[in-house]
Amino acid sequence: MEAASTSVKRKIRVVVAKPGLDGHDRGAKIIARALRDAGMEVIYTGLHQTPEQIAETAIQEDADAIGISILSGAHMTLVPKIVELLEAQGVDDVLLTVGGTIPKRDIERLKNLGVAEVFTPGSSTDEIVDFIRSGVEGRTRAI
Amino acid sequence: MEPTSTSAAGDAGANAEAEAADTGTPPAAEKNFTTMSGRPVRAKYGPDDLKGDPADKIGEPGQYPFTRGPYESMYRGRNWTMRQFAGFGTVEETNERFHYLLEHGQTGLSTAFDMPTLMGYDSDHARSLGEVGREGVAVDTLDDMEILFGGIPLDKVSTSMTINAPAAMLLAFYVLVGERQGVRPENLAGTILTDFLKDYIAQKEWCFPVEPAMRLVTDMVEYCTDNMPRWHPISISGYHIREAGATASQELAFTLKNGFTYVERAIERGIDVDAFAPRLSFFFNSHIDFFEEIAKYRAARRIWARELKETYGAKKPESMRLRFHTQTAGVSLTAQQPLNNIVRTAIEALAGVLGGTQSLHTNSFDEALALPTEEAVRVALRTQQIIKEETGVTNTVDPLGGSYFVESLTDELEADAYDYFRRIDELGGMVEAVRQNFPQREIGEAAFTFQRELDDKERLIVGVNSHRHEEEEVPLLHIDPALEAKQVERLKKTKEERSQAEVDAALTELKKVAEDGGNMMYPIIEAARARTTEGEMVGALQDVFGTYTETPVF
Repeated sequence: MEAASTSVKRKIRVVVAKPGLDGHDRGAKIIARALRDAGMEVIYTGLHQTPEQIAETAIQEDADAIGISILSGAHMTLVPKIVELLEAQGVDDVLLTVGGTIPKRDIERLKNLGVAEVFTPGSSTDEIVDFIRSGVEGRTRAI
Repeated sequence: MEPTSTSAAGDAGANAEAEAADTGTPPAAEKNFTTMSGRPVRAKYGPDDLKGDPADKIGEPGQYPFTRGPYESMYRGRNWTMRQFAGFGTVEETNERFHYLLEHGQTGLSTAFDMPTLMGYDSDHARSLGEVGREGVAVDTLDDMEILFGGIPLDKVSTSMTINAPAAMLLAFYVLVGERQGVRPENLAGTILTDFLKDYIAQKEWCFPVEPAMRLVTDMVEYCTDNMPRWHPISISGYHIREAGATASQELAFTLKNGFTYVERAIERGIDVDAFAPRLSFFFNSHIDFFEEIAKYRAARRIWARELKETYGAKKPESMRLRFHTQTAGVSLTAQQPLNNIVRTAIEALAGVLGGTQSLHTNSFDEALALPTEEAVRVALRTQQIIKEETGVTNTVDPLGGSYFVESLTDELEADAYDYFRRIDELGGMVEAVRQNFPQREIGEAAFTFQRELDDKERLIVGVNSHRHEEEEVPLLHIDPALEAKQVERLKKTKEERSQAEVDAALTELKKVAEDGGNMMYPIIEAARARTTEGEMVGALQDVFGTYTETPVF
């Protein structure tokens, strides 16, 4: 772990994003804080963000990873939109993860779209931190 | 389900007991014994823990300070209302679910609206895309509301509506559905949430800045005081505060403080406290820490009674008597091994009943995965019916009154609440504390601590960080994505059929009243009658008041 992190020039930058109209921000805030405590640079978008706002934030902040937290049931509408907007801007090196109440059948569909992992209720923060760290570092090394 | 392993575990337990008997009392385990809110709990409690004069503090059920319950006869006189929260998809589907629940012995209705409705967006708004009918039912206009309550006599049921920022618009729709059924406003019974303060704190479904929202809620209180004596215009809600991660003490303190703030605003408006306070009701969470929850309800009643009497000058006992709805904790449900949730919900429901609730929603076991199926909802309702009809707990009033432990916990929660009241007052009151993100920060801190404890296995949740096994799949309710188009189509039809001139005039009048400082409920009802949409009314008020943007803290 240590050897890997010293090889990275800067802190991992993560945008924690809340698309949709629901106000369930408990999980997003816990994850934001856990990532920050793990030494990452965290940009939390706040609630009720449109896919456009999220893509724009990710690009402006030069994010290594985006953690989308969604519990409104609109994930199959909003996540593809975010993916599409990022692709249209030529962003193909961001690690995209989704967390929330996502039924099993939608998890595969989201992964097929390019979502690296979907974290459902009961996931531990350590699991999420480790996934983002190794995912981003893996990509950095690959480049 | 696995009889062999169950009986094996039973045998092992019996052996352990026998061994303990042989070697004397086993030493207590070395761990921190705390409630789920982190409150230290001692091994035993006794008479020395009952502080103060029990006659004053605990008293009699139905008498000040109501610690033992709001009514003398409690469930012998009237059982709690079994009120399952329902709403999904289209108004037709939800109407069907209402009829299903009533047929199965439910005694009151409770409506869940979808996210766009909660945020004041119509179904055809760009922000509503993918959200229509997902987490509740979509209601845009009076036409929708008529279908939602089709075939349900509004003078015979009581209805609860979970809506806050646009509560005035939905209440207007309901009043007009009553009117079309020939039921006058004074004969409509029910509750509408309308607790905006907890939205800025926890639920986060807002439309307006804090001050105009406070004015709107006071307008509703005034309207209901004058026109709807059987209606509860605000349900002061701790539920969402708790779900956002608050401790039991925080839920208690922030909810009551919000309540006092509404009381202060109504008194400032010149409304007699005894004219509106009896129509205020509460909505609490019931989490899994059994005794702490029961103590929370008892402390809430005592604090409310004392403050209404001593601080706000209420004279009538009805004004001091806190009554509440309970919902079992959605956040305690696990996506893993979902059938276990039936057990959690039963324990939480029992805490609500032993705490003296007036109405109860029991969550369905599949709700950590999706909106509930019909079968899951039926089991949840049956859970309440089993408590009522089989367990005997309703036979006597406040069976835990006088318990050394429960009374001590009640005192401790009360002291915690007063400590928070003091800190909030130091910040300049609740509205100011909310602006400064104080309750938001406290809740965020508690939520983070709880999650760390779970990650470190200092706290255990069966199926999540203990006793895990390969998952069983349960059938889930899937919302048909086509319903969004159907709802948008209906809205389009309403807009084509109504008189645009009437709508425009109604919106102009609404804005004028909003600017002039009059009671906005009346022009909202007139606009609703002209089939102005919820979103159009909210938009008109946003033109006058602006919107709200949170500065998030984590």
